[in-house]
Amino acid sequence: MSAGIEANFVKRFSGGPEIQVEGLRTRDQTGVTVLFGPSGAGKTTVLNSLAGLLRPDEGKIIFSGKTWSDASRKYFLPARERRIGFVPQEYALFPHLSVERNIAYGLNGASNSKLQSRVAEMIQWLGLHGLEKRLPKELSGGQQQRVALARALARRPDLLLLDEPLAALDAPTRQRLRGELRRLLKNTGIPSVLVTHDRTDALVLGDDLVVMDGGRVMQQGPVHEVFGRPANLAVAAIVAVETVQPGRVLERGDLITIAIGDQRLVALGGDLPPETSEVYVCIRAEDVILMKGEPRRTSPRNCLGATVRGFISEGPMVRIDLDCGFPLSALLTRQACDELTLKPGEGVLALIKAPNIHLIPRA
Amino acid sequence: MSREEWQFVEFTARMAVLSTLLLLPFGLAIAWWLARVQWRGKIIAETIISLPLVLPPVETGLVLLKLFGRRGPIGHWLQEAFGLDVVFTWRAVVIALAVMSLPLFVWAARTAFEEINPTFEQMGRTLGAGEWRIFVTITLPLAKRGVLAGTMLALARALGEFGATIMVAGNIPGETTTLSVAIYQYVQLGQDSHAWTLAGISTILAFTAVCGSACLLRRRKA
Repeated sequence: MSAGIEANFVKRFSGGPEIQVEGLRTRDQTGVTVLFGPSGAGKTTVLNSLAGLLRPDEGKIIFSGKTWSDASRKYFLPARERRIGFVPQEYALFPHLSVERNIAYGLNGASNSKLQSRVAEMIQWLGLHGLEKRLPKELSGGQQQRVALARALARRPDLLLLDEPLAALDAPTRQRLRGELRRLLKNTGIPSVLVTHDRTDALVLGDDLVVMDGGRVMQQGPVHEVFGRPANLAVAAIVAVETVQPGRVLERGDLITIAIGDQRLVALGGDLPPETSEVYVCIRAEDVILMKGEPRRTSPRNCLGATVRGFISEGPMVRIDLDCGFPLSALLTRQACDELTLKPGEGVLALIKAPNIHLIPRA
Repeated sequence: MSREEWQFVEFTARMAVLSTLLLLPFGLAIAWWLARVQWRGKIIAETIISLPLVLPPVETGLVLLKLFGRRGPIGHWLQEAFGLDVVFTWRAVVIALAVMSLPLFVWAARTAFEEINPTFEQMGRTLGAGEWRIFVTITLPLAKRGVLAGTMLALARALGEFGATIMVAGNIPGETTTLSVAIYQYVQLGQDSHAWTLAGISTILAFTAVCGSACLLRRRKA
């Protein structure tokens, strides 16, 4: 029996969109599953349905072998009986209660000494010393986030749900807390489901990714697999694969040879259905290697002559727009970019390993 | 101020406080229900609750007289079950004042409940709290200002009520005569100076209550 979530349900909003979730699954370890997609994709609706704050109109939600919601039997387990921890957008700390009393809220029914020691434990674990008596409005965004986590985790839930946990923070704090949040989530010892529309959040925080768009689950799997091998064009756009080009299959052997205009590329294409002739070629910018000088013997199967078109700075990285018969993006560290002394209009070689070229069938 | 005047003021204040205490549980329940529960025909219930604000108070008094009279459905039951007389006693004063000030209280409390971000209550649910605990520990504290403001408005309204009171409670000095009824009577008897004294006290009380309520409502917005 799986200890994760199994969800197949429909939630309708009068006059609004229909959210249809088919085959949403989480792995049964202590992993972090990220619900990822653009605003309006239905991520928060899914999270609220898992929490028991919304009642699905059709279908079932099962957690750890236990039915949480089954519309056909009109069964619905309310939020307060699901043993979940919930961290909502903007954290929603009770504004009239001190940090301590916020954390203790879910421990109602525990003996006084038990309650005290659990609150102390949470304060210790999340580094909230000295803030016990403060009101939420006297805390920074990062401190509020930790109090919200402490409040959600104090009652030892079986599942942690987080809605855009980093969105309320300013950019520098967000950078700093991303790694910290990942560590905390992995240390809780319970599975978590997290909603975000931010690509970096998804990459850093998630073990598994569920891509949503237009109220539907588009693809799910380990984060790097979904980012590297989007199942269709829509997912490729949502996970923002930098280069997506239409191409044609020329030859199929151990490897597949693809033509994009006059260029030839070699890919593995193991998961491409046979008989496919039209494809989209997806190449992530970080998989493109740049090299100056004569082409020597290299291991990457693809070695394309390209012209530098422009540079875009992305924090510690630089994105380089190239023209190699089709537009191609490469992502380099600033240091590597400086050492290559690239200038617009200059020629370079772009190297791409065959496994890093992902093919999507084109209907 | 004469002893008689003082007696009217003291009695009216006592009745107003009692009526406000009586309406609080009903008012809170109705306000919460209007703010949080959606159902068809809700607007009809809202209208009925607001009616005493706009109906001639004497008409509300008439309805109460018929309901609480010895042969009225509620009055008869109270008489049978507890041996309680309502009409033309101080109890009728309390009921008339409570009914007349209920709409103001419900309006203020309901607005306060509606202004609370529902996420706070949902958080309570995910933390295992039942609806009653959520109301007492989250909803009510967050709506505190609005509820207090509503209480003061209700108190102010009760202090000045005339029409409904005189219908159900009459004018029995020392037993059911309130400030406003006393003012009316003094003027009828040509004792204008007494009337003015009571009018002055009435104004001070009303000013204090309305101003206090306005302060509470304004600071909530800030």
